Amino acid sequence: MLTIKNLHAQIEDNQILRGINLEVKPGEVHAIMGPNGSGKSTLASVLAGREDYEVTDGEVIFEGKDLLDLAPEERAREGVFLAFQYPVEIPGVSSTNFLKTAVNQIREHKGLDPLDAVSFLKLIKEKMKLVEIDQSLLSRSLNEGFSGGEKKRNEIFQMAVLDPKLAILDETDSGLDIDALRIVANGVNQLKRADNAVIVVTHYQRLLDYIIPDFVHVLYQGRIVKSGDKSLALELEDKGYDWIKDEVGSLV
Amino acid sequence: MKPKAVKADIASKLVDKFNEFEKELNGHSKSPMHTVRKNALEELKSNGLPGPKDEEYKYTNLVKSIEKHIDLDNVSNDSSLSDSEVESFLFDNEDANIIVFINGLYAARHSKIISPVSDLVVLDFEEAFMQHPEEVIAHFGNYAAKYKDPYASVNTAFSKNGAFIKVSPGKVIEKPIMIHFISDTRQGIPVYYPRNLFIIGERSEVNIVESFHTFGDQPSLVNQVTEIVVSKEAKGSYYKLQLESDNAQRVDNTQIHQRKDSVFNTYTLTFGGAMVRNNLNIALEDPHCETHMYGLYLIKGNAHVDNHTVVDHIMPESFSNEIYKGILDDKATGVFNGKIFVRQDAQKTNAFQSNKNILLTDDAKMNSKPQLEIWADDVKCSHGCTTGQLDDEQMFYLRSRGISAESARAILLHAFAADVLETVKFEFIREHLDRIIHERLH
Ligand SMILES: Nc1ncnc2c1ncn2[C@@H]1O[C@H](COP(=O)(O)OP(=O)(O)O)[C@@H](O)[C@H]1O
Ligand SMILES: [Mg+2]
Repeated sequence: MLTIKNLHAQIEDNQILRGINLEVKPGEVHAIMGPNGSGKSTLASVLAGREDYEVTDGEVIFEGKDLLDLAPEERAREGVFLAFQYPVEIPGVSSTNFLKTAVNQIREHKGLDPLDAVSFLKLIKEKMKLVEIDQSLLSRSLNEGFSGGEKKRNEIFQMAVLDPKLAILDETDSGLDIDALRIVANGVNQLKRADNAVIVVTHYQRLLDYIIPDFVHVLYQGRIVKSGDKSLALELEDKGYDWIKDEVGSLV
Repeated sequence: MKPKAVKADIASKLVDKFNEFEKELNGHSKSPMHTVRKNALEELKSNGLPGPKDEEYKYTNLVKSIEKHIDLDNVSNDSSLSDSEVESFLFDNEDANIIVFINGLYAARHSKIISPVSDLVVLDFEEAFMQHPEEVIAHFGNYAAKYKDPYASVNTAFSKNGAFIKVSPGKVIEKPIMIHFISDTRQGIPVYYPRNLFIIGERSEVNIVESFHTFGDQPSLVNQVTEIVVSKEAKGSYYKLQLESDNAQRVDNTQIHQRKDSVFNTYTLTFGGAMVRNNLNIALEDPHCETHMYGLYLIKGNAHVDNHTVVDHIMPESFSNEIYKGILDDKATGVFNGKIFVRQDAQKTNAFQSNKNILLTDDAKMNSKPQLEIWADDVKCSHGCTTGQLDDEQMFYLRSRGISAESARAILLHAFAADVLETVKFEFIREHLDRIIHERLH
């Protein structure tokens, strides 16, 4: 589904990603862990198409297409979804109207008729239950005045509505209390199918108790320095990141 | 402040034109109305028109623009508009009082007043002077003497037609009054001087919507003056929908007098025009007045739109709220100058002003200047102006959900304009605006 080869990216002359390699197949859950500043959000942003980053080398193939060639909206229409670490507030834009526009532009891309108001509402209602999000939240402007937890929940709600092939969750667990964490994880698990995939970015293993990864990768200084199964996450929880840093240090 | 004027060519040409105009008046040149006109002409003669050195017209060189685009010796107010062409400019809502002017002349055939005459009088200004001479002259004369914009003097000198509206005390006019000013530029270059007078009686309520359109591709020059008296405890709103072509030159003076406990809303909404200057002056002459001034300019090409506003707090405990928003594309230029005066007697004034702009290109320009002059000590005043670009983070967020860059831009700009649009009370106007904005942004 997704193949990342030797991906290098920089921002304002700072080299952040220094050769990422990653292969994600349908049905898989990958966790990307690593200390703050290691480049996790950068990777997520580059995949979603944020223009601030300059890709200096490497390639990203998504479903046979060169992802880096596509505009952010084209990536989304092809089935890439990024749950932002810090969702931006957009005053004056109604959450529901925004989602309807998104749903219908994605449908148009797929050659489907737009959803009418009734079917759209039905879809929304159904997905609202999934992430236990309140109607009152959706009647407000997009993310405006939402608490940290509400923002994260809204991201997963949007993911549920847009039904992507590849979802990238950037620190969706941070700022969530244990109940909210369970709800969000539960939502993600219910959306999991054999034909879609999830990349969970986190630097705690807490979320991985609920969303069980098939693979765990450690990102450090812009490279994946270690990969393993879910036991790697537990090891990191136990020992912290210093031993990884030491290992990497001894390699260089 | 006396304008330091240049003796522009155009001013002396206007003086010549006045002599021709006077001859056409025949028997009416002896009327008290004409005395007011002649006084205004004297002001024009001695002051001229403001040049680029004039503080008030520093960013808006109207004289130059008029000289470049309008040949005053070659003016034609002839029109060949067909009925269906006129209809095409009217709104979908027929449930309104409608009054139409074509190249400044009252078009009775297209006008229709449905509110009872006991509640509402709507007449062409010239006719109003015949029927209600004292009332008209009381305001007309008064106004010309008080108000110093040189273009207002020009309008006064040439004033003849326009909308006269009188709302009887205690009457609530449910149906809005729609005034359409249509410029037909197919027969020549129209130049005209609409003169409006609205007298809103005590405890009455009315909503007036003016819209301005152009037919054809030639230039036009419209110099308009509107005077509004909002009596004690009256409520009202006044919309200007400026939808003229990108060859239209417009200078618009609006003077509003608010009396005790009145509430008034003005909307200055500019979507077209080559060069537009709006002077909006609101005098809060009594205690407990409330006034809301909303502005939105959504302009492109080489358009130049200048909004100069003055709100004058004269007596205590009034409230003024001003929100102007601009979206400027291509090489468009915007000017905002917002003056708030709080006189010594106007204690406990509450005045708020905000001007926010989004520039969509590097070539678009905005000059924004708040000007507060406060002589009272117990007042609450705040103001702010910002000019920036669309927010990249917000753009990326929307696009990352599958929304095209173009739609994302439209969504954000629509949201930006929302503080103004959401206050529009009439559904059909809001829909009309949404349509215009939608077309403009896509
Ligand atoms: N706009 C920026 N300009 C310069 N450096 C940046 C910018 N954004 C992120 N960085 C740097 O890139 C590195 C990786 O950041 P990020 O991808 O956010 O890490 P993570 O998500 O793993 O915490 C950090 O050192 C950060 O300071
Ligand atoms: Mg991060």
